[in-house]
Amino acid sequence: MEDPLSSGGWRFAQCFGDKGDIDDITEADIISTVEFDSTGNYLATGDKGGRVVLFERNEMKKGCEYKFYTEFQSHEPEFDYLKSLEIEEKINKIKWCKRQNSAHFLLSTNDKTIKLWKVFEKSLRVVSESNHHNGQHPKPPPQSASQLTLPGMAMQDNIIAAVPRKVYANAHAYHIHSISVNSDQETYISADDLRINLWNLNISDQSFNIVDIKPVNMEELTEVITSTEFHPIHCNLFMYSSSKSNIKLADMRESALCDRHAKCFEEEEDPSTRSFFSEIISSISDVKFSHDGRYILSRDYLSLKIWDINMENRPVKTIPIHDHLRGKLCDLYENDCIFDKFECVWGGDDKHVLTGSYHNYFRIYDSENLSDVVLQADKSAFKARKIGGAMPGSKLGVKNGRPGGTPFKDTMPLEALDFNKKILHASWHPRENTIAIAATNNLFLYSAA
Amino acid sequence: MDPGFSTDEIAPIAILMDELRSEDVQLRLNAIHSIPTIALALGPDRARQELVPFLQDSVDDEDEVLLALAEELGSFEEYIGGKEYAHVLLGPLENLSAVEETLVRDKAAESITKIAVVLSPSQLEEFYIPLLKRLSSGEWFTSRTSSAALYPAVYANVSPALQDELRKGFAALGADDTPMVRRAAAKWLGPLLKHFTPAHIVSDGLPVYRRLQSDDQDSVRLLTVEDLIVIAKSMSPGEVKEQLLKQIRGSITDKSWRVRYMAANHFNELAEAVGVEIVREELISHFVALLKDNEAEVRTAAAGQIPAFAKLLDKEVILARIVPCVRDMSTDASQHVRAALATQISGLAPLLGREPTIEHLLPLFLHLLKDDFPDVRLNIISKLETVNTVIGIEMLSENLLPAIVELAEDKSWRVRQAIIEYIPLLAKQLGKPFFDEQLGNLCMSWLGDTVFSIRESATINLKKLIEVFGLDWGKVAIVPRVMGMGTHPNYLFRMTTVQAITIIAPALNLEIVSTEILDPLLQLASDGIPNIRFNVAKALEVLGTTYGLTPEGNALLVQRIKPALDQLSKDPDADVQYFASRALKNIKV
Repeated sequence: MEDPLSSGGWRFAQCFGDKGDIDDITEADIISTVEFDSTGNYLATGDKGGRVVLFERNEMKKGCEYKFYTEFQSHEPEFDYLKSLEIEEKINKIKWCKRQNSAHFLLSTNDKTIKLWKVFEKSLRVVSESNHHNGQHPKPPPQSASQLTLPGMAMQDNIIAAVPRKVYANAHAYHIHSISVNSDQETYISADDLRINLWNLNISDQSFNIVDIKPVNMEELTEVITSTEFHPIHCNLFMYSSSKSNIKLADMRESALCDRHAKCFEEEEDPSTRSFFSEIISSISDVKFSHDGRYILSRDYLSLKIWDINMENRPVKTIPIHDHLRGKLCDLYENDCIFDKFECVWGGDDKHVLTGSYHNYFRIYDSENLSDVVLQADKSAFKARKIGGAMPGSKLGVKNGRPGGTPFKDTMPLEALDFNKKILHASWHPRENTIAIAATNNLFLYSAA
Repeated sequence: MDPGFSTDEIAPIAILMDELRSEDVQLRLNAIHSIPTIALALGPDRARQELVPFLQDSVDDEDEVLLALAEELGSFEEYIGGKEYAHVLLGPLENLSAVEETLVRDKAAESITKIAVVLSPSQLEEFYIPLLKRLSSGEWFTSRTSSAALYPAVYANVSPALQDELRKGFAALGADDTPMVRRAAAKWLGPLLKHFTPAHIVSDGLPVYRRLQSDDQDSVRLLTVEDLIVIAKSMSPGEVKEQLLKQIRGSITDKSWRVRYMAANHFNELAEAVGVEIVREELISHFVALLKDNEAEVRTAAAGQIPAFAKLLDKEVILARIVPCVRDMSTDASQHVRAALATQISGLAPLLGREPTIEHLLPLFLHLLKDDFPDVRLNIISKLETVNTVIGIEMLSENLLPAIVELAEDKSWRVRQAIIEYIPLLAKQLGKPFFDEQLGNLCMSWLGDTVFSIRESATINLKKLIEVFGLDWGKVAIVPRVMGMGTHPNYLFRMTTVQAITIIAPALNLEIVSTEILDPLLQLASDGIPNIRFNVAKALEVLGTTYGLTPEGNALLVQRIKPALDQLSKDPDADVQYFASRALKNIKV
């Protein structure tokens, strides 16, 4: 379907969360991660308040819409008395495990502790009759064996319960930023700034360190790990990105310790553009394998890059995202925005890619024909829908509606960009064109036909 | 109605039954463990008609309760009317084998197989097989994983037609989409194949095995090494060569170190299963490759197999192929490899005989004795006996001593403790003169160690040494020095004396006790430190109970020990009173 308004057919579908003014947002409500499960029928968000909220697909609706499923407190604020450090409850990542029975399993992590949650429907039952009570009144105890009865139960309610099945603690000295479940569905990795650990999902009291880049002398530290992910098909491969703008692919078959990488994806830096900020902006904030495992998508501050897993020396495509901010790096450094870690996402078809920006903008890019769509996840989206619904272009698409994608720097004066509204986290339905976007305290869902 | 139970007995059972649905997990757990009692009270008919359905309805509980339930049900048939009703139990167990907790599922599967043993062929056909099919085709992988464990138990007991179906069902598990199910299939393939006829192994077992052995998932492939051993055992060497050579090579040279590790870890079983010819033609070079593997874990595992594998080889081959590897491994970069080697290397000595051991292995022993890593040295020392019988210890003693002394002074108390535990063994090998000259002082110095566990081990060591070298030696070499510490100004030394007496006294005799030990000990009974005094009470108790049985001993007891204990029982310190009065109670005057 060709969309004349260049929204690429994307339409606002739903918005969850407090829709009030941005000024009185509760810090705890800010969404810190969002993730579809492997079927796309469920969606999870985590927030700075340590809560996990699950949504399930609303089968009553025609389109791909979701309804609230359950919410639970995954992490609580803690204090590390030995190091005199506060441990925030903020959920850094959520990863779903493949379903193994009627319950759902998901991993959630804050800076230090990973938990495996089981979410399931539970029927609450109460004892309605026993040997000493008939429901209303106590009764005399049975006198002979024939009077013995087994307790009778009465259904009271069906609830959705969440219980922590496993708690994987005390394995990370630094802040955990990524977790990734292996295709063998038995193990997963967790990564902090300097180390990557390998866990068995069933064993919470031991993990194996497989990457350690901590220098003997911390003053020699020049590089940190920024993100890591398992290959979707090959159980032995995983990659990790670094602040030094490289992505390393490691093979767990080679040896127990994966310090020697199998491949290193890195583009030679252009010396002409070198500046004070080069190192900061080239730091990779997120990496993702495509669903077929053939390509790698990486995000740095200014661009998205698509790498072919078979070509290490340069990306197949480089997509500028923030070129218009090049002149503003000084300001962005001052207000710390330059350290924002934007995530990047593959579409279910492995052709489209998605990443976020400022002023609640996010971009969907067709990696084949280079066309892109810019959308804005803010209140105007659902206002527009309330009015007509059929006018997605008014606020949703690019303002001047020129097909082929127009960078929004033309349409929006830089000064008007709100750097407090940023789209850092997003997830794409594994099979359909539905995306979930975390915009501060709101979760936006968009769908395309 | 039921004469077996009086009203008094009914009441606790009624409470127990209510507790099956208690809010408190501990009470529920306890109640589940007591279901045999409940079943007895209800009688077999009601147990079958009410209790079992009730339990089947209980699978939505905490894991530990479910685990207990799974376990109880495995031997529950006697309470529900015996064998002919045993199939009733399969119901709750079927539900339990679909929960997500592996421990519960495994236990449920184990209980199901237990029940399978008592089921009649018709019960198997009517109840067990349908259950197996339901689980095998379950929607969620949890039940499919559990089903894999249920095939081996019944395969041999069903009709050939059903056997055909079972083989097909299991093959489907081996080709399941989920790695977990394939892993379960790989795990249970071996046990199942033991029941197959040789023809079926080739026609049905091999394809499943080959499929799993070339699985994409490392975690599946590594489990097939054990299947390989079972298959190889069931075949003649000729068949192995024809059918399995490719897989054997594949597993041993797998790209994943974890698979190679499994191969290395099971190398001897594999070698025995395939027969001598293949060992010589094929496995020896693979084994050498594993000893030189890139991954230290693999080398460690392979090192563990050296002596047992070498037994299958000729002396010349060991010298030509294995010994060079061993030489390289003695300087391996990984301390764990060296430590594993140190444990195993002495096992080669009896295979090589005296001269080659001296020529080839002795330098390595000496080298490993100087290793930086204490575990390596300890492991060599722990296996000295084997070497001693082949070449005698004299060859080593010169280097042994510095190694022992260094370990004895190691920073880590666990290392010191480990070497102390080997001292009696070493003493036996080295002989009395050498020991007195070189190690005697060392053993005494441990009595003054800063760590309690070391002092404790040191006293136990002294007792063992007396057992090795005899009483006369003990009287001269040990007792005076132990007693000497009893007057040390530091109370910890005095304490060591008291505790050493407690431990070594049973190894001595009455004469030594009465002449050498008792007086100084009684002096300590008036020590200023209460800790010492109540330990004296404990020591006197040991002396009293050990020597009080003979007339002479009893005299000593009455004249010397009891008065002292009487005195101590009036001590102002409560602990001293307690131990003294306990001692008075236990000694027989």
